[in-house]
Amino acid sequence: MREPTGEQGLAIYRMMRLIRRFEERVAECFAAGEIPGFIHLCVGQEAPPAAVCALLAPADLVSATHRGHGQCLAKGADPRRVMAELFGRATGYCRGKGGSMHLCDMEHGVLGTNGVVGASLPIAVGTALASRIRGSRQVTAAFFGDGAANTGAVHEALNLASVWDLPVVFVCENNGYAEFTPQSVHTKAGSIAERAAAYRMRGVRVDGNDVPALFAAAAEAVDQARSGQGPTLIEAMTYRFRGHHEGDPMAYRQKAELEEWRAKDALPRFRGWLLDRGHLTEAEDARLVASAQAEVDEATTFARESPWPAPEAALEDVHA
Amino acid sequence: MPEIRYVKAIADAIGEEMARDERVILLGEDVGAPGGTFGATKGLHQQFGGERVRDTPISETAIVGAAIGAAANGLRPIVEIMFMDFIGTCWDQVVNQMAKMRYMFGGQMRLPLVLRTHTGAGLNAGPQHSGSLEAWAVHVPGLKVVMPSTPADIKGLLKSAIRDDNPVIVVENKTLYAMKGEVPAGEHLVPIGRAEVKREGKDVTVVALSRMVHEALKAAELLSKDGISVEVLDPRTLSPLDRDALLASVAKTGRLVIAHEAWGPCGFGAEVAAIAADAGFRSLKAPVRRVTPPFTPVPFSPPMEKFWLPDAGKIAAAVREVCA
Repeated sequence: MREPTGEQGLAIYRMMRLIRRFEERVAECFAAGEIPGFIHLCVGQEAPPAAVCALLAPADLVSATHRGHGQCLAKGADPRRVMAELFGRATGYCRGKGGSMHLCDMEHGVLGTNGVVGASLPIAVGTALASRIRGSRQVTAAFFGDGAANTGAVHEALNLASVWDLPVVFVCENNGYAEFTPQSVHTKAGSIAERAAAYRMRGVRVDGNDVPALFAAAAEAVDQARSGQGPTLIEAMTYRFRGHHEGDPMAYRQKAELEEWRAKDALPRFRGWLLDRGHLTEAEDARLVASAQAEVDEATTFARESPWPAPEAALEDVHA
Repeated sequence: MPEIRYVKAIADAIGEEMARDERVILLGEDVGAPGGTFGATKGLHQQFGGERVRDTPISETAIVGAAIGAAANGLRPIVEIMFMDFIGTCWDQVVNQMAKMRYMFGGQMRLPLVLRTHTGAGLNAGPQHSGSLEAWAVHVPGLKVVMPSTPADIKGLLKSAIRDDNPVIVVENKTLYAMKGEVPAGEHLVPIGRAEVKREGKDVTVVALSRMVHEALKAAELLSKDGISVEVLDPRTLSPLDRDALLASVAKTGRLVIAHEAWGPCGFGAEVAAIAADAGFRSLKAPVRRVTPPFTPVPFSPPMEKFWLPDAGKIAAAVREVCA
C-alpha cells in the first residue's frame, strides 16, 4: 500500500484546509446575499479531491460535478478567480458566464463542474480517448456521486472506458444521498464499486474520509491508467456536513447521523495521522490554518472588489 | 466534372480530411469495419485503422460525450448518430454540454467536432426512423447546422464542418444517399452560412430544405410551362442562416413558399417566414405559405407515407395559390 510522503501529506492537508475554509466562506457570502444563484458545498468531502488530485500531473484532467469547488482548487485553480466566478464577476474563470455549477479552468486541467448529474463522465471518457490517441500520457479523473451512479450516462461511460481500456480514474464520492433521497431508496445494491465487475473493471470501495487509504487506492488507479491498463472505479464513502444546496433544511436526516459522521471528519483524522508520523507539528498546523484563512480572505476581497461583467459581454463566446 | 453518389461524397470528404489532419477521428455505431449502415464511411476503417475509426457500443450519450471530450483535448472528432430520430437519447450531451461549454466556460474551450446524422421519410422506415428533427438543433445557440441537398454540397459542407472550430451538426437525408451528382474534382469546400440559388426565377421564391430542394426544382419545371417563374433557394446552412440571400430573393420575387419534411409548427419554415415578415415585409405581395407534412408521426405503410410527404405537386399547388 502506497503511503503519502510527508511532503505529499502536508500538501493534501493544506488543500483540505483551504477547501474547508473556502466552502465555509462561500456559505457566509451566499447567506449574506453576495453570491447569486445555487450553491452546493463539499464541506466534509474534502478528502477525495485533495487526495486524488495530489497524485495527478499538471497536464492531467479532472471533471467534476455540481459539488465541484474542491476539485477546482485541488487541481490548481486560483481561489481568487474561483471565488470571483461564484460572485459573478468579470475576473472569474468563466468571466461570469458559468458560476458555481459551470466552473472551468483549462489551464490547470479542470474540464468543468457540471450542472447535469452524470453528464460529465462521457466527456471524461473522451478526453481520455484523446490522450490515448495523441499519446499524451494524461490521466483523466472523473468525479461523480452516488446519485449519478444511476444515470444511463454513467453506465455508458464506464462501459466505453472499459471496452477501450482508457486512462480514466472514476471516483464516486458516495455521500449517502442523491439530493434529499438516501441511498437505501435509490439503489438496491449496497455498493457502487461492485458494479465495476460487470464492466471487467477494477472496483475499490474505500473509506473516503481516510486520506491514506484513499491515497493508496488512487495511486494504484492512476498508475494503472497511466501505464495503459485501463480504468478503475473507486467508491469513496464520505458525507456532506451541509445540505444538498445552501438553504436545504435537511429534514431528511437525523442529527445523530450527522454527529456520527462528524466524529469521522477527515480533517482531524488526517491531522492526527500527520502528527503521529511527525510530518506535522502543532506550530506548523497553526501556520497552515492561518494561511488557508489568509488565502480565502484574499480570494473574497478579490471577488468583492472585482468589476461586474459588462452586460453586453453576454453576447460573446458562443462560437470560436 | 465527375458524377458521384451522395454517400460516396461523404466517405470522400471524411477520407480527405483524415488524410489531411491526423487529429480527425471517426466514432459511431457500425461506422468502422462495417462501413456504416448506408455505406457512408466505407473503406475508412481499412484506410486509417481502428485507432482513428472506431466502432462503438450502442451508447449515444457516451459516444457524443466522448467526441466532446476528445475535442476539448486536442482532437477533431466526427461522430455519427445513425438516425436523427435517436438523438433524443443523447440530447443532453448535445444541448447542455456540446452547445454550451464554450459559452459557459467563458471562451476557454474550442470544440471542433462534427455530429453527422440523417433524416427523411420515403423508405417505409416507420415513425421512429423517418423523422426530420433539424429544427431542434437550429433552436440551440452554440450549434451550427447544415443540411446539404446534393453530392457537391455534402462534400463541401462536411469538409468545412470538419475544419470548423465549433460543433457542427450535419443533417443528411437517407433518401439522397443513392443520388448521383457532379462534384468538382480536387479540393472542394462549401462555406458554412452561404445559401445557394439552385434555380433562378422572378415570380416566387421557394425556400426548400434537403430532399425538398429536388421536389421544388421539379415543381419549378412544371410551373414554367404555365408561365410561372420560380426561384429555388437552398439555405444549405440552417444555422447561421444566410439572411441576406433570403431577403434578396424575396425582394426580387415578392412571394415566398417554404418546403420541408419537418413538421410545420415551430419548424424551420416558421423562422424563415418570420424573417420575411419582419425584414422583408415591404417586398411581400402575397401571404407566405409553408408546405409541410401533416402534424402526425411518419406513417409506415406506403400509401399513407406517400400521402404524408410533401412533394412537387404540393409545392406547385402552394406556388399557384400565392401567384393567383
